[in-house]
Amino acid sequence: MTAQAAESRELATVIGLEVHVQLETETKIFCGCSTDGGEEPNTNTCPVCLGLPGALPVLNEAAVESAVKIGKAIDASIPEETTFHRKNYYYPDLPKNFQITQYDSPICQDGELEFSHEGDSRTVGIRRAHLEEDPGSIKHAREGTGPLDSRTTGIDRADYTLVDYNRAGTPLMEIVTRPDFRDPGEVRAFLEKLEEVLEYLGVFDATRDGSLRIDANLSLIDAEDVHDDGSIDEAVLEAANRTEVKNISSHKGAETALAFEASRQKKLVQSGREVAQETRHFNETHGNTVGMRSKEEEKDYRYFREADLPALRVSHWKEDIDIPELPDARRDRFVSEYDLSEEAASKLTSTKQVADFFEAVAERFDADLAATWVADELLGELNYRDMLITDVEDRFDEIERLVELVADDEITAKNAKETVLREMLDEGDDPDAIVDREGLGKTSGDAVQQAVAAAIEENPDAVADYEDGDDGAINFLVGQVMGKTGGSADPGEVNQLLRAELDG
Amino acid sequence: MSESVVDPDEVRHVADLARVDLDDDEVERFTEQFADILSYFETLDEVPEVEREAELTNVMRPDETHEGLSQDEALENAPDSEAGHFKGPKVS
Repeated sequence: MTAQAAESRELATVIGLEVHVQLETETKIFCGCSTDGGEEPNTNTCPVCLGLPGALPVLNEAAVESAVKIGKAIDASIPEETTFHRKNYYYPDLPKNFQITQYDSPICQDGELEFSHEGDSRTVGIRRAHLEEDPGSIKHAREGTGPLDSRTTGIDRADYTLVDYNRAGTPLMEIVTRPDFRDPGEVRAFLEKLEEVLEYLGVFDATRDGSLRIDANLSLIDAEDVHDDGSIDEAVLEAANRTEVKNISSHKGAETALAFEASRQKKLVQSGREVAQETRHFNETHGNTVGMRSKEEEKDYRYFREADLPALRVSHWKEDIDIPELPDARRDRFVSEYDLSEEAASKLTSTKQVADFFEAVAERFDADLAATWVADELLGELNYRDMLITDVEDRFDEIERLVELVADDEITAKNAKETVLREMLDEGDDPDAIVDREGLGKTSGDAVQQAVAAAIEENPDAVADYEDGDDGAINFLVGQVMGKTGGSADPGEVNQLLRAELDG
Repeated sequence: MSESVVDPDEVRHVADLARVDLDDDEVERFTEQFADILSYFETLDEVPEVEREAELTNVMRPDETHEGLSQDEALENAPDSEAGHFKGPKVS
């Protein structure tokens, strides 16, 4: 094809993902070592996860339960029988020189996940999701006398390798999508939704470092090969050269890496060159992807059945294990049950912690007040401070107390938000202490009544104006009362009290 | 099984996967030895078929932590270590 012909081609981007998520269990997948990474290297290991001779793996029931929950959430089928395989490759992060994973009978097959992107609802197919063990973590280091941290470096500049097996054996779920994504923005929206669902299931902790790792396949095809319903023939996909981008560890990283990769491939195609089928490494700092030396092909992994692990027959667990209400269902229920707007309901169901907290507050007070305080005030102030709901999770009772102060009319909503909530977040004090310190308690009825009487007595001109029919004079008197009470009285109430006094 | 089952390129490939450096003499020697080893498996053809024992299924353990090894114990067999890590050659 000439460069000119190439330039005129309309291209479509095709992306598929392999998402690795760490499952939130107490212990590793094949041994009783804790999954708390710990600061000190090699302090959570045993003969099994160090791959010492003779050690035997025994599967963690909780990891299987988590996998079944994920299967239910993505509407996958759990096959009658599922087995484990050894994937052989030599790298120091694998103490056994093989990784125990699943091959031809993964625990979850043929699922899907719906998410919304730019206002449209999209559904992406999930080919499979399987259990496997996480490798250990590697540091590349240079010789020298300084502290280790100052000598860790990139793989190309290293003199030697240091390995920590604390992570080795942490249960992972690898979720493999169909090549259903058409642009990097969709990938980001999907990952956000996936993480939300996994957190709702209680099987995943997004705040844990390295808990989400993504490999993405990207290829370009002729736009005319995409059918009207968005499907693409298998043969077209097979024929397209694709790159696999590794080392992506965040939603934003996925979008950046794939946007870079799509435009890199487009430039090649448009200048009449071919895209090499290869593995590329995402460099988060530079926002680009770099070709890696060729790795093993599938057949080189010499997969074979892990004879130390008997087969699993857990398809009936799908009926036995309950999963919590998922974000979409909960959002719809919030709209109908609490009469919230779609927008408010979406905000309130964005994480399980927020949704649970909202429901607790709504039950004690009322839904409108709860929605305002959780969705608008709390999330707004947290967002402004780059804080997450998990940062204040252990202070929910204090925040509820603040809502109670407003609900009981003990402080004004304005003071509650602009002073109390902000100081709670900035200084860590409890609401009552702040109300006392700042003197925000609404002045009691008697004191307001006295201030009203004093304002009338001290301002005969304004009273005369009001009695002559100048309704604006009342505002002057309200101002006087507010001044006397230090702003803690309720202006509406003061207005009524004044009128009652003057009209009476 | 004839000796042509394994050729020197295959030996080089396997050595490469195992990150083992072989010189030409070794490649030649291992080519023969690989073929020998594979031929031993022919012996299995002579084993009479037996009924397979019923396989175990669903062997699992509860999610409870067990005391593992201390850092010193974990590193005891390591030829080299540094700052609590296993230490090895650089990798590519």
